[in-house]
Amino acid sequence: MAELGRAALILTFGLSVYALVVGGYAAWRGRRRLAQSARNALIASFFSTLVAALVLVVGFVRNDFSLAYVAGHSSRALPTPYKLSAFWGGQEGSLLLWLLVLNGYAAAAVWLARKRARDLVVWVTPVLGGIAVGFAWLLVVVSSPFDVIPAPADGSGLNPSLQNPYMVVHPVALYLGYVGLAVPFAFAMGALLSGRTDERWIVATRRWTIVAWTALGIGQLLGAHWAYVEVGWGGYYAWDPVENAALMPWLAATAFLHSVMIQEKRGMLRVWNVTLVSLAFCLSLFGTFLTRSGVVTSIHSFTKSSIGPWFLGFIVVAVVFAVGMIWLRLPQLRTTAKLESLVSREAAFLYNNLLLVALCLTILWGTAWPMVSEAVRGETMVVGRPYFDFFLRIFGLPLLLLMGIGPLIAWRRASLRGLTRTFAWPAAVALATGVGLIALGAGSSTPGLVAYTFSAFVLATIVHEFARGTAARRALTGEPVPTALGRLIGRNRRRYGGYVVHASIVLLAIGIAGSSAYDSVTEGRLARGQSLDVGGYSLTYRSLGEREGANATEVRALLDVRRGGKDLGTVKAGKNAYSVEQQVSNEVGIRTDYLTGEDLFVIAEQVNDDGTVFFRVFVKPLVNLIWLAGLVFLLGSVITLWPDAREERRLATRYASARERSDTPATT
Amino acid sequence: MTWVLLAAALAVAVVVAVALPFLREPAPASDALHELDPAERRLLEAEEERDRALAALQELEADHRAKRISDEDYRAVVGSLRRDAAEALRTLDRLAGGPRRAGTSDAEAKID
Repeated sequence: MAELGRAALILTFGLSVYALVVGGYAAWRGRRRLAQSARNALIASFFSTLVAALVLVVGFVRNDFSLAYVAGHSSRALPTPYKLSAFWGGQEGSLLLWLLVLNGYAAAAVWLARKRARDLVVWVTPVLGGIAVGFAWLLVVVSSPFDVIPAPADGSGLNPSLQNPYMVVHPVALYLGYVGLAVPFAFAMGALLSGRTDERWIVATRRWTIVAWTALGIGQLLGAHWAYVEVGWGGYYAWDPVENAALMPWLAATAFLHSVMIQEKRGMLRVWNVTLVSLAFCLSLFGTFLTRSGVVTSIHSFTKSSIGPWFLGFIVVAVVFAVGMIWLRLPQLRTTAKLESLVSREAAFLYNNLLLVALCLTILWGTAWPMVSEAVRGETMVVGRPYFDFFLRIFGLPLLLLMGIGPLIAWRRASLRGLTRTFAWPAAVALATGVGLIALGAGSSTPGLVAYTFSAFVLATIVHEFARGTAARRALTGEPVPTALGRLIGRNRRRYGGYVVHASIVLLAIGIAGSSAYDSVTEGRLARGQSLDVGGYSLTYRSLGEREGANATEVRALLDVRRGGKDLGTVKAGKNAYSVEQQVSNEVGIRTDYLTGEDLFVIAEQVNDDGTVFFRVFVKPLVNLIWLAGLVFLLGSVITLWPDAREERRLATRYASARERSDTPATT
Repeated sequence: MTWVLLAAALAVAVVVAVALPFLREPAPASDALHELDPAERRLLEAEEERDRALAALQELEADHRAKRISDEDYRAVVGSLRRDAAEALRTLDRLAGGPRRAGTSDAEAKID
């Protein structure tokens, strides 16, 4: 079986090299059949990678421990769903997943764009082929998942932290995001290589960018929830290098999604947009490097390996290539359109971009600092949480405010009187919220208070927008409110989908501010019958139980929960001892109040032989708004992504003649 | 052995896929890729400009109708947007050198 997997990967490598070299030659010399052949090679490489991936899946399902990778990441007792997590639980499987997703995206992107942007796709093929070559090389030569060993009786099992349902989907979502950024990058580079710097690369990649950005956002939230329920320290985001590695490309892609609108509407920022899309892709490579190289210590990094230098080389090649191409095409990227006023929508989007990029680069500096200090001074220095929190407030709070301002200012220029009228109502709501919160005692945290006030402002602008748009539509058509609202959204999907996404970011901000600025914590060693109080709750330790699970011994402490004299039931917290892996994990107890979004979060830090347990208990107000934000974010993205027939018709008309011309073989 | 045979079958399949353009057209009249010439490229850019100007005008009208934009701001911007749209249409006419292309009459109607 390993032979098939290995052969499939060698084929993938060969096909990728073919797509790069022959595709590049075909584009350069203008050879039609060679270009089609290179495109076919890229598509075929997806299927050969899929075969390799299926071989590995079968290896896990059949407990084929003759495969060193399976033996190192699975065991007979491992529940079947977690055998899927084991696929990407180690370096080789992760790289294979990266390549599979990349080739899947590449095949779909070049196939779907083959008509509308045929002459562009010819140049995109070698770029995507080049990226695939890098990963296929690592899998074939450096770190193969199909190395064979004399099969042991049982495998060494999977890291207990990965034995969680979130680990079945979180890495896939994250990789769909990371890798998806390769598509806009390849189209941008294809446009620069071909010298066709018109809008087609943006039109061809708009949806791919949003898909990748959505997947990366959802992947991060799933990872945050995994950390919350599994890692057992009471938080969900710790500015861990691997967490930052996913956040940075997401921030760069967010900036790109906004600035690309300025290019579409005003024809401006062409250089900035190709720079941002390159930054986002290079940061996704950097993220994979951080996760997989073992160069940083992280709760999310499960491998130590020697692929770091290869990856670093790959990143250097990508950066040099992107910078070189942008430099080469600078004259074609320059535009005549100018910013007419500092108070306009394009100016607001520009401020948003500057803040997003500043936040992204600040996080990059903090994340890379241990490596830089190690290289320069010979000692590893780590930047702590205060650094990241400081810059999140400095850049994040104005970003939150701009989210409410940007979409409501007119393009080109806006007058002071117009602005006053537009923002009077949302500003009044924000002011009332701020005053109300101070009266309720929320003034204990200034950043928290500012975040809530700005959130109220943005939510008010969004509600106002929906109400105003619906009213205007009703005035024109006389439709009932639900119909008018539905059609309003349906006819302006990008705009109103964007508002829904903004609403999700507001929910996220409220959840983060509530759970971090206003949380309560207490800890103590309890014997049976003893109680502790925290944030209005009273917890009484009742009993300690033990049972044998599928592949672990589960110890759980049972606590009664009361609040204001009212019995709220019980919560269980404890530990799992995994015999095969010889590891112990914290299994936290969480009681959610769905009405207030608050969590009571119990960690059994230490279970003693005398039956006493050392508990740490948190009360986290509004934390569940963070997870709700994920659902709203997904809804907004789906609205934005949903195909718009009118827009498709308009683009089809625009590109029809170009397509007709390129459908006809040239006579020379 | 089965796995080796499957690997060989996979190799044959991908070779056929890669060779397909040459198998389908062993001796085409032309094997050259059609590339947009400078005039066609200018035409495409003019169409993008036309769409951009038209979309900006439509958005401004919608924003004004929904009272997102004051009368004062509307008046300050609408003139230049109309001029841009008219200029884009003129450029397109000049480059196309013939009857108006699809979508143009819609644009004209809106500008009028």
